Amino acid sequence: MIEFDAVSKSYPGGTTAVSDFSLEVPAHRTTVFVGSSGCGKTTLLRMVNRMVEPSAGSIRIDGQDIGSGSPVQLRRSIGYVMQNAGLLPHFTVAENIATVPRLKGTSRGKARHRALELMATVGLDSGLADRYPHQLSGGQQQRVGVARALAPEPNILLMDEPFGAVDPIVRTELQQELLRLQRELGKTIIFVTHDIDEAFLLGDQVVILSEQARKLQVGTPSQIIESPANDFVASFIGAERGQRALRLKQTPTGTVLVDPQGRTQGRLIDENDLDRA
Amino acid sequence: MNWILENLDLIGTLALEHLRQSLWAIAAGFLVSLPLGWAAWRYKALRGLVVTGTGLLYTIPSLALLMILPVVTGMSAISEANLIVALTIYALAIMVRCVVDGLDSVDPQTRSAATAMGYGPGRRFAAVELPLAGPVILAGLRVTSVSTISLATVGILVGVTNLGYLFTNGLQRRIIPEVLAGVLAVALIALIIDLLLVLAGRWLMPWTAAQPRRARRARRARNRAPQAVGTR
Repeated sequence: MIEFDAVSKSYPGGTTAVSDFSLEVPAHRTTVFVGSSGCGKTTLLRMVNRMVEPSAGSIRIDGQDIGSGSPVQLRRSIGYVMQNAGLLPHFTVAENIATVPRLKGTSRGKARHRALELMATVGLDSGLADRYPHQLSGGQQQRVGVARALAPEPNILLMDEPFGAVDPIVRTELQQELLRLQRELGKTIIFVTHDIDEAFLLGDQVVILSEQARKLQVGTPSQIIESPANDFVASFIGAERGQRALRLKQTPTGTVLVDPQGRTQGRLIDENDLDRA
Repeated sequence: MNWILENLDLIGTLALEHLRQSLWAIAAGFLVSLPLGWAAWRYKALRGLVVTGTGLLYTIPSLALLMILPVVTGMSAISEANLIVALTIYALAIMVRCVVDGLDSVDPQTRSAATAMGYGPGRRFAAVELPLAGPVILAGLRVTSVSTISLATVGILVGVTNLGYLFTNGLQRRIIPEVLAGVLAVALIALIIDLLLVLAGRWLMPWTAAQPRRARRARRARNRAPQAVGTR
């Protein structure tokens, strides 16, 4: 479990990125921070591995204040996936994945073995092991980024808009892949995005943030869709685009769901019928 | 031509001395420029002072430097050490800026990724920043080596023997082939060292070898794009 306890971050220039933020991030679940750019969500994320030090308040992991130990050791125990993968361009794929085990003193051979295992886990062909990052596609690079974060077997994964820079098809693929991995591994994930659909797809707990990381609503995707806390949340989660405002239409063969553009999105099925079938 | 063939021994001996003097200066310039360049890159306050300061060293006339240095250091003016120190100073003038530029060229996102993974500052410099600055530093080292090898000939004017001897002796005795032999020998040494540096770079920085092809392809694609628009 990760606890944010009255955390603030302000910079000498007078800008406040985060003001008085408190939250419990449950273990083995995915928590998504979602909000428009500049809302402080990335700052919150980077405080967990002390890439940013809070100006006030504290963060605890399993009850332990993270401010007390060495930041370098802390970072080696937390997986971090960033936008554009952030791979080291002069390391091969296998070397990139093996980075943290190598930093922790694992032998070259063992670390490589582990890297090859992880390539299989994230769905990368082992033939890519000795390529350099610039020889891979964006989606492949991102998979390497995920494998690298998993290499030291961390309990916690921090993901900073990891799928923001890949095309929609690859993004969908990577999202499904992450859902599969999470079912298998059950990590405590904090995922940052500005895409509300991505947040609802991946999050067990979704935190909607506005400026200075003020919490507008915290809940499961269903809770938020069913009862948005206020008009802003309602519009943020899609009323403005109308994608979620589905309406019913009667047809000779039954009831279907139609989106605001008039396209049929699916068929309405009674839960009782489903049980019987 | 006859003169060259009859004096191959002399040219060879001089070339070896020339090479030795140059290599010492190039190596010393390279090694000293690393901490200086790092400091200038790391501490913004030092940057202007160090980069401009070392850059200005290049404006000191070489002959003057060779005569002033012995006064400052107490070395003999005609000693090899005097020439090597002078050449090192010129090497620094080029190299320090290149080291700073090289470190600047490292993508901040890569640096931050390395930090996030748990590299401490020292290890990050050695394993991430310095290697990634490598291509720019190598480019500077190639300029430095060519410039040092050609500049070394000035040593003969204060009595340090090297290929420069062929210039002064050839001029005094009006043996033009001798002067030409000197020019050719200097150029040849510069070319060989440059080639060795390129090969060393490929060996030490294997990730750069695969890059040009991709960059070329990207450039070609960019060049093609406007034509495609034009035909439509």
